[in-house]
Amino acid sequence: MGSAPLLAVRGLAVSFQRDRDGPVSRALRGVDLSVDESEIHGLVGESGCGKTVTSTAVMGLLASPPARIEDGSIVFEGRDLLGLSAEERRKVRGRQIAMVFQEPARYLNPSFRVGSQITEMLGLHLGMSRREAEARAVELAGLVGLGGARRVLQAYPHELSGGMKQRAMIAMAISCNPHLLIADEPTTALDVTLQLQILRLIARLREKFRMGILFISHDLRLVRTVADRVTVMYAGRAVETTSARELYRGALHPYTRLLLASIPAAQKRGTRLKVIPGRVPDAQAIPAGCAFHPRCPLAEDRCRAEMPESREHEPGHAASCHFVGKPWPD
Amino acid sequence: MRLLTFALKRLGRLLLTVLLISTIIFFVIRVIPGDPALVIAGLDASPESVAAIRAKIGTDQPLAVQYVRWLAAVVRFNFGTSLSTGQPVTQMIIERFLLTLGLALLGMVVALVLAIPLGILSAVRRWSVWDYLGMLFSQIGMAVPGFWLGILLLLLLAVKVHWFPLFGSGTLKHLVLPAVALGFARAAVLLRLTRASMIEELSREYVVTARAKGLTERMVKYKHALKNALLPVVTVAGIQLGYMLGGAVIIEQVFSLPGLGRLFLTGVYQRDFPLIQGGIVFIALAFSLINFAVDILYSVLNPKIRIG
Repeated sequence: MGSAPLLAVRGLAVSFQRDRDGPVSRALRGVDLSVDESEIHGLVGESGCGKTVTSTAVMGLLASPPARIEDGSIVFEGRDLLGLSAEERRKVRGRQIAMVFQEPARYLNPSFRVGSQITEMLGLHLGMSRREAEARAVELAGLVGLGGARRVLQAYPHELSGGMKQRAMIAMAISCNPHLLIADEPTTALDVTLQLQILRLIARLREKFRMGILFISHDLRLVRTVADRVTVMYAGRAVETTSARELYRGALHPYTRLLLASIPAAQKRGTRLKVIPGRVPDAQAIPAGCAFHPRCPLAEDRCRAEMPESREHEPGHAASCHFVGKPWPD
Repeated sequence: MRLLTFALKRLGRLLLTVLLISTIIFFVIRVIPGDPALVIAGLDASPESVAAIRAKIGTDQPLAVQYVRWLAAVVRFNFGTSLSTGQPVTQMIIERFLLTLGLALLGMVVALVLAIPLGILSAVRRWSVWDYLGMLFSQIGMAVPGFWLGILLLLLLAVKVHWFPLFGSGTLKHLVLPAVALGFARAAVLLRLTRASMIEELSREYVVTARAKGLTERMVKYKHALKNALLPVVTVAGIQLGYMLGGAVIIEQVFSLPGLGRLFLTGVYQRDFPLIQGGIVFIALAFSLINFAVDILYSVLNPKIRIG
């Protein structure tokens, strides 16, 4: 892997304010995240932790107002995206950074043929003629496993099954050979057998095109199987980043450890399913100190007062907790 | 191909509708009190001459025979001759219909030209001057009756300044003021609909996709969102056009236009049964044809419909 990461998000802070005098939601409070070339990087957390805000910020699609970027940088291939004009950012979208969404049925336009939704990008970003773009669309459809490519491209989204829609969505996303693909819960809306097929497809495309993939999911188990590295988010911050393998063996942050313990498994049959007590804090009222302290079994006074900085405890394994390695109470 | 079967199905339904309507009309007319033969002959006519007239117009036959004759004539587009003028009803209707159709179409053009751009602008620039202007316009448009606007337009633009003729017909210029009077209220409704529909479509997920694909804002709004936003507008505009064909009576009266509405009005006054029957079937047919055209247009715009 190269020295500089493909995407480096540093200290990204985003807040939302609906009304001028209304409450401020601190959706992101200094997120650090990096994706290397041809890496699948998993981004995990409960809903509301800021995964989608992070990816939307990377795409440059935060609506402002209500969103405001308070601080931080998003460096992609050496340039800070936050410094670009709206028009420059548009040219990055779809061309260098592409995105696949959770529910293909809702994210495809019902009134346009699948093919035209792919070819319009090729014309715009790569200046292809109509015929070139159509040939490329057929090629892409084959690539993502859409059998009978020509017929599928002529179809409207509602004429395709859920799995085919997601494949079409992926074909659209990779059409311009992007260097970074953001996949936001790409399999959540699909049934289990399809999930596996789509995951395999994503893994294969990474091999073939060597693109970096930011794989967003609430499902730690799923991310662990597909990702090379994983970042766990909690209340608008990245609390732990490590390799998927390391995550198995030795998660450091109490939140990650509790998440792992709450995964149901066949071996644990008969034992009580562990849940994390309490709930995710409201972004309008983040607890002082470490945001996780009200739910943390290790919390002490220091956690209530002082926000832990992220530290690298082993090479490539960072966590932000005052008491990494402290014995776990029963 | 699928569009063709869809169109044929709809056409079948259209014919069935018209058949049903002509049946209902036939019987309803015969239930209404008043013998047309008596109306023609006059009150002091002899029984013999009344019977002769009955035989001439066919009302002496059993109802079933009359009905079959009526249907056979309708199929051939022959609605008989008018009792008051003696002219063929079909010819009378078609002469007047062209004027009413022109008026309705022009009225719809006025409505769409006002409503769609302003509606889109109101949605895209929400809470801007355009939006308030649009809302004000639609408030006024819905509150002001068409005939009053018509009179106002005549007073201002035909009496005060002679830009448009005061009455008469024959040229496009004669139709402009009535079309504005007719289209204004429709524009108000369509503007609201366009605005609401566009706002809704702009909040859809596929709009996020379109932006994530790096499309220009213009493509996102005026290609991806607009195509979906216009679907309900097309439907409602089609229904309104149908109503305008039958319901321009008042406007025709205000502008003294010899359209269908006025023809039927006189037909009703004079108990001109063939004229009323023919007219209603004709309006029903025209209404169904417009709906049919709208259905086809709608299914071209919205492929999902073709399944049903």
